[in-house]
Amino acid sequence: MAKPLSTGLNILLLALGLSIITVLLLIEDQFENKMSRDASGIDLVIGAKGSPLQLVLSSVYHIDFPTGNIPLDEARKVSRNRLIKKAIPMGLGDNFEGFRIVGSNHEYLELYNASFILGKAWTKPFEVVLGSKVAKEKGFKVGDTFVGSHGIASASHEHDEHPYVVVGILTPSHNVIDQLIVTSIESIWYSHDDTYDHEKLEQEVAKTGFPKTDEARDLTTVLVAYRNPIAAIQLPRMINSRSSLQAASPTFEIARLFELLGIGISLVESLALVIIFIAGLGIFIALFNSLKERKYDLAVMRSIGAAKSQLFLLILLEGLILTFIGAVAGLFLGHLFLYLLVIVNEQSVISGLTAFVFVEKEWWILAYALLVGVLASIIPAWNAYRADIAAQLAK
Amino acid sequence: MIIVKDIQFSYENQPKIDIPDIELNGGDELLVLGKSGSGKTTFLNILGGLLAPHKGEILIDGISLYKLKGHKLDKFRGTHIGIVFQKPHLLGPLTVAENISLPHFFAKKPTTYKLLHYLKELGIQDKQNARIQTLSEGEAQRVSIARALVNEPKIILADEPTASLDDENATLVVNLLKNQAKKLQAALIIVTHDQRIKNQIERSITLKLIDL
Repeated sequence: MAKPLSTGLNILLLALGLSIITVLLLIEDQFENKMSRDASGIDLVIGAKGSPLQLVLSSVYHIDFPTGNIPLDEARKVSRNRLIKKAIPMGLGDNFEGFRIVGSNHEYLELYNASFILGKAWTKPFEVVLGSKVAKEKGFKVGDTFVGSHGIASASHEHDEHPYVVVGILTPSHNVIDQLIVTSIESIWYSHDDTYDHEKLEQEVAKTGFPKTDEARDLTTVLVAYRNPIAAIQLPRMINSRSSLQAASPTFEIARLFELLGIGISLVESLALVIIFIAGLGIFIALFNSLKERKYDLAVMRSIGAAKSQLFLLILLEGLILTFIGAVAGLFLGHLFLYLLVIVNEQSVISGLTAFVFVEKEWWILAYALLVGVLASIIPAWNAYRADIAAQLAK
Repeated sequence: MIIVKDIQFSYENQPKIDIPDIELNGGDELLVLGKSGSGKTTFLNILGGLLAPHKGEILIDGISLYKLKGHKLDKFRGTHIGIVFQKPHLLGPLTVAENISLPHFFAKKPTTYKLLHYLKELGIQDKQNARIQTLSEGEAQRVSIARALVNEPKIILADEPTASLDDENATLVVNLLKNQAKKLQAALIIVTHDQRIKNQIERSITLKLIDL
């Protein structure tokens, strides 16, 4: 190549455009996977009135703030409906240094097929089980204690009266439970009480179903699995018609979220396409200009027996090699970008993503880049094909 | 070996180039003389299958050159005709040996087939891995001759091969062309206006333009 600098710039530009597409592809693919994995087994979420999307995000994916609390009695009444196969009550709203503390029962662990690396599930109030990521990051072992704080972000005021005790650590499961601290609903209740009834602290907590209490207590949400498809039609309408409760379907809300995000994604995507187009144009101009300088060389090659078609292929191959280098660099950069993105955002939604996978769609990026190569070099190659050697040599 | 019959050619709105009929056998030598612009290079291009004449026929080994089309003509040129230009026109990114074996490559022969032989014949074997930019003009011209000879053509065409060389190299190059043509039993046609060559080759024709 005659001009290594400008050619390098064009390849870099192409790589940049392709890397953006790669990142989008990787995130899209894994995100949707993760989203549906986290929500598997959950058909409906029941919680306080508010934004249904917020309700789903806070209680299934543990990203947004909860919409509020609902009375235990009312939640229990609704959950007795014959269309409900399983109802898992949850109490949210506390955290430990940014990791959310989820009050629920053992059914929540079963929902994600959680298994233990160390220890076992809780049986008494203030016993907790740690997701693998929490344990790793905080360096907790079974038997360690810590104090949770109110609110779901770190640095809220602390419940310093009663510490939590770690009784179990979960194996990594690559879903949302990895970054949660799971305990009983009773733990959440008692930590917010002003006085402690020491007798209650020694009683076993409810391992399935709703916790037993004769006091007026609150829950945050109930995760529901349908008994049959009819439930999907009847249940949400029935619950939403009640004044204080709201039902939201994770599938529906996430589809809506992606629809909203889709505008942003397609904006970034079109930007990437424009960059790729400019890169293709740059490669075209570089090939076209270098061809002017090399026309004599090509004519000489013809005079020593090179066929027109061979020169055509030569120029085409040059364009293809350049874009192939760009494509490989782009794929590499894309994975690198995602890797950095995941490292920087340890505790956010994308923390569960990995840069070390090869998605099948990435072959399309390669194919797409080679197509750009063909388009960029076809006109220069055609010029080389029909060049008049005698006229060229006479110059 | 080569027969030139009734060739007529003229560029648009230009006087016609007067091209005499020629017949050369293997080992024959011919000098094509003429003033600048008298159509010497055009004649050479027609002989080399690079420029189709308006009328007439070129027969090489009994094959009519311009009845061959496209790919076949390119292949025929590669295997039967060796062309030496005024400037060597070697490909910069390749080494000396790669430049010389290029015709082998295009003719789909093993690339080292006659390579060493012609490196030796032209006294450039110690330069075989050198880069083109490091060669002197005389060496570069010898490389380009080796490239023209490596497929052992029946016809060797040289277009002003000595124009940019000093006396010593000019004599060397003409002798090389004559010797190699003899060895290959090929017809040698040199187009030139170089006075130094004139007395080294007996047979010559002079081209001129015919006004319409």
